[in-house]
Amino acid sequence: MSDWGLDSVTVRIGGVIALDGVSLAVAPGEVAVVVGGDGAGKTTVARTLAGLVRVAAGTVRRPEGRRVGYQPAGSGVWPDLTVDENLSFIATAFRMGAADAPGRIDQLLGATGLATVRDRLGAQLSGGMRQKLGVAMALLAEPEMLILDEPTTGVDPVSRHELWRLVSQTVASGTAVVMTTTYLDEAERAGTILALDGGRTLAVGTPAEVRRSLRGAVYASDHPVEGAHQWRRGAAWRIWTDGEAPPGGTPVSPDLGDVLIAAAFDAHGAAAR
Amino acid sequence: MNALVDGRDLVKRFGSFTAVDGVSLRVEDGEVVGLLGANGAGKTTLLRILLGLLSPTAGTARLFGGSPTRAALSRVGYVPQGLGLYTDLTVAENLAFRARLFGVGAPPLPDDLEARSAEIVAGLSVGYQRRVAFLAALMHHPALLVLDEPTSGVGPLGRARLWDTIREAADGGAGVLVTTHHLEEAEECDRLVMMAAGKIAAEGSLVDIVGSLQAVEVETDDWRRGLDVLGSAGVVVGLAGSRLRVPGGDPAEVRRILEDAGVAGTVSSRPATLEEKFVSLAGH
Repeated sequence: MSDWGLDSVTVRIGGVIALDGVSLAVAPGEVAVVVGGDGAGKTTVARTLAGLVRVAAGTVRRPEGRRVGYQPAGSGVWPDLTVDENLSFIATAFRMGAADAPGRIDQLLGATGLATVRDRLGAQLSGGMRQKLGVAMALLAEPEMLILDEPTTGVDPVSRHELWRLVSQTVASGTAVVMTTTYLDEAERAGTILALDGGRTLAVGTPAEVRRSLRGAVYASDHPVEGAHQWRRGAAWRIWTDGEAPPGGTPVSPDLGDVLIAAAFDAHGAAAR
Repeated sequence: MNALVDGRDLVKRFGSFTAVDGVSLRVEDGEVVGLLGANGAGKTTLLRILLGLLSPTAGTARLFGGSPTRAALSRVGYVPQGLGLYTDLTVAENLAFRARLFGVGAPPLPDDLEARSAEIVAGLSVGYQRRVAFLAALMHHPALLVLDEPTSGVGPLGRARLWDTIREAADGGAGVLVTTHHLEEAEECDRLVMMAAGKIAAEGSLVDIVGSLQAVEVETDDWRRGLDVLGSAGVVVGLAGSRLRVPGGDPAEVRRILEDAGVAGTVSSRPATLEEKFVSLAGH
């Protein structure tokens, strides 16, 4: 089966470049995680893969319309419908037959632990429950590609673990999953990471490839260094340079956070100092 | 060192429910303390007691060496998770309002925020909103900063910039209390206190918090079926790349389940992650 994804995709929204030549390959049975801060382009990647955005250049490879499951940022749950009604509504929209829908809904309520709250209104669910319902809604029609936009933001760690378990099961069944997040420990669990900054690719590849992509080196220091590209790590400083070692600096093996901060400095040049 | 916050043997009961159950917590000047816990662990109740917003059923809470009065609260800077900004006012109006409240001058804005000072807060990105909330909380040079998931929703560089600001306040002598359940925030703290079911479950560095908890890691080409057979056997199993992780699991049992199902692979024990610690504390 071929990969889904983006090939050198550029997207303009209101004359502003939201994505600038971004590529991402997502294989069936694999999780790709898109990371980045505000305005990095995470949501645009999710919406582009979901077919909701027109691209100015490049190619989008996605399954045919109904074979894509998409959960927008903020869960996509209707607050004034019950858990059951939210799922039934999606089943109707996807024209799932009366023969298939109830069984599939029961199965997903079981997998998400929402079976005991099926009559509760969306508005009365906890943040974690609402996100799990949103994922269940996106999974209902058994998509070939599942797209989740920040499903774990503001979600407590136990619910987060349950969401990942659901993602794992989905991946194991051969579905391609793309999710956006601001949490790098989630990126570490992905098959592929796409790190974005202002619509541009900072790094892309497996977690190990992204770590290896760092130019220069990262040092730990117990004092700041004038004019250096530096940031705090606990009470100490981290310094990135592609030149000479900073005075008093000790080279460290950078984690994903260090690599992406350094890559952002590298991309911004002296302006970010 | 000087204890800014000193809670001793605090208990808070709501009817028959004990939300905080014998917790002691100190925050000293210049230190960044992380208060960790899943939802319902008792973090918010503890915080409200320490700030004098709720009286404890038993135990004592001291703020700056005295009772947590209104006057004492004026020396606290607080950034709630919802940020506490008036989203239909501009950046400048929010800061002017806060400045009048604290009786101080509005702080100078960094260039990029100055350029947007006449914009409505609701129209700014989360990263900008967070920086405005930090400026609003820090303008009166508080002795204690209380931050609820201060870098949630922010990317790596934005997060690094916010921690620069937090560390600058701590270097200037402020004590900082951060509530969070995220690894990247926990890693930035000098000392961590983890709550579960109203009690302190662990204390110290990140290594102390995770403690001796191990996760069983399985490397196998057949991870899809491995996930399936372990899940069917009632084992809590997660996926990291193409490796399977069983927090707190027994390697021998995992090996046996996989062998019985004919799934070949290597099974090893690894230190658990912070999230796996949360999950094991929640009894999953």
